[in-house]
Amino acid sequence: MPSLAQRRSPVLNMIIWGFVLVWIIAASFPFFWTLWGSFKVQGDFFSKADWTNAITGVRTQVETGGAFTGSGYFGAWITKSFWLAAINTGIIVFSVVIISLTLGTLGGYALARSGKRYAFYLLMLALVFRAMPHITLVSGYLLPFFEWNLWGHIPTAIIVMVAINQPFTLWMLHSFFLNIPKDLDESAMVDGCTRFQAFRHVIIPVMWPGVVTTGLFSFLLAYNDFTVTATLLSQANQTMVPKIASFLGTTQTEGNVMFAVAAVVSATAPLFILILFFQRQIVSGLTAGAVKG
Amino acid sequence: MKNRTFFWFILPSLITMLLFIALPIVSVVVQSLHIEHEAVLNEVENCGPFGCKKELVIDVEETKKLKLENPLGKFNGFGTYTNRNHLAFKEIQQAWIESEGFISFISMSLNLPFYRALAFTLTYTFIVTPFVLFFGFLIALGVNSLPKVMKGPTIFISLLPMIVTPLIGSLILFWMIDAQGIIGSILQEIFDDPNLSLKASPLLTWIMLMVYGVWHSSPFAFIVFYAGLQTVPSDTIEAAMIDGASRWERTKYVVLPHLMPLTIFILLIQLMDNFRVFEPIVGFSAQANATSLSWIIYNDISNNEDQFFGSAGATSVLTIIGVSVLLIPVLIRTWREFNRKVV
Repeated sequence: MPSLAQRRSPVLNMIIWGFVLVWIIAASFPFFWTLWGSFKVQGDFFSKADWTNAITGVRTQVETGGAFTGSGYFGAWITKSFWLAAINTGIIVFSVVIISLTLGTLGGYALARSGKRYAFYLLMLALVFRAMPHITLVSGYLLPFFEWNLWGHIPTAIIVMVAINQPFTLWMLHSFFLNIPKDLDESAMVDGCTRFQAFRHVIIPVMWPGVVTTGLFSFLLAYNDFTVTATLLSQANQTMVPKIASFLGTTQTEGNVMFAVAAVVSATAPLFILILFFQRQIVSGLTAGAVKG
Repeated sequence: MKNRTFFWFILPSLITMLLFIALPIVSVVVQSLHIEHEAVLNEVENCGPFGCKKELVIDVEETKKLKLENPLGKFNGFGTYTNRNHLAFKEIQQAWIESEGFISFISMSLNLPFYRALAFTLTYTFIVTPFVLFFGFLIALGVNSLPKVMKGPTIFISLLPMIVTPLIGSLILFWMIDAQGIIGSILQEIFDDPNLSLKASPLLTWIMLMVYGVWHSSPFAFIVFYAGLQTVPSDTIEAAMIDGASRWERTKYVVLPHLMPLTIFILLIQLMDNFRVFEPIVGFSAQANATSLSWIIYNDISNNEDQFFGSAGATSVLTIIGVSVLLIPVLIRTWREFNRKVV
């Protein structure tokens, strides 16, 4: 219950709420607009006559007979085989998350329990690795990958993304493990467990909140990646984001930008659902790294 | 933990990082010292109805063989670093001599691809980062003062710009600011200029990219600050209030110092991320007016026919040096703080 002195004057309240309102509109409107527009024809979404056509759908009425059309989606998913890119993305994202978490939990646990000087140096090294722009790393991969015929395959992209993901995963899981009391695994070791057994039977059952949160971020990194997937994957193995980028060139000339719009909406939908369900974990994850570590 | 056990636990993670982060850096350095083979030329006499002509023709087979034998190309030393597309020593020197004043020297240097990209990357980093901190803090203060029921949905919406793929986010905005899109045409109406296009002018393109950058990254600063605000010690706030501190003074002397470590954290992450700005340029198709260091590397290697590994390598090395210089102050601070905490 806020005390009287903590109450704000109505004017200040209006300013603050006005600002938040403006921000909410700025943050959400582009998405609603694009979602709405993706069911229209290009003549409405990019209207030469009047931008309000995108709301009313004048050309859509004329061209398709209805106020909404799914032709953009049909074109993207079926004609341009976006479904293949979606499957590729699914495979890559799933593998990256699983492998990152496996390696990350082991490493993060060791870093949190070591207490030695070198563990700290490793964390700093990971921080430096985190700073490397991805494209500089990719430009280092290409030539060796071509030579060894590793270029273009899905597993290559997976392992590269796992590696790029590791610094962040290590930092995050390290700070989660620091919050699990040391006594827990140490008492198990007093009872005769080896370090690994203690990890397996005592730590793993209690680490899931941290792992789920870290997994979400690995998911986002893999799902949102453009640099690695655009440069290291062959045409057939392409994922959604580079596929959308390649739509841009081709669709502009063919006059079906709506394919790209529909693809963009399709690729964004899973992210919305993700935040809807995991908002709490995302917030707690971002803050665990910052507030505690 | 015993050293041996530690080693086995960390090993898989360490191997992937060494193989795919440390080694590529070495590989980039090696590449940057080499340059592609020149095409092997043969002199061929071509006889047509108008007499014979001697022509130089590229010997495709020989060139291919040379490339196959030594894919790295030939050793070039620091040649790539100093050529026109990178540090361009000769051109800079010439510009220095020819230019009449400092401003004309700068504008001449900005015609060189590397300096153009560097200028944009630095401007982007140093303008977007403070704005992100500022807006993130304001949004956090605002959301924190909302009634409880509204907090959840507001946070949900606030996270959207950050969570969405950068390329997709920039595309969504790009379509809206298109001359035939909603924002583009509304702006045309406001300024009463039917030819107004945000894509045409370099200045507007830069502003557009930076607005996008702030839009995309503010949620990150917001959420970290918001979490920090939940842990502001209420005792200190009350004590300040008893001492007669106004709202503004309480924010300035209690809340802000409490959030200082978080600010450093956001600063660190934002400097790293903004310095690698790349996807928005692709999404906004802004390469004519704005290029970043990451973008010119991508441009060197993305073409499937001609990939310039030497050139990409040199830019990569310069970029890595740039990141290091940028981050050293923040890293030293983190280092000291961590040392204090751990030891």
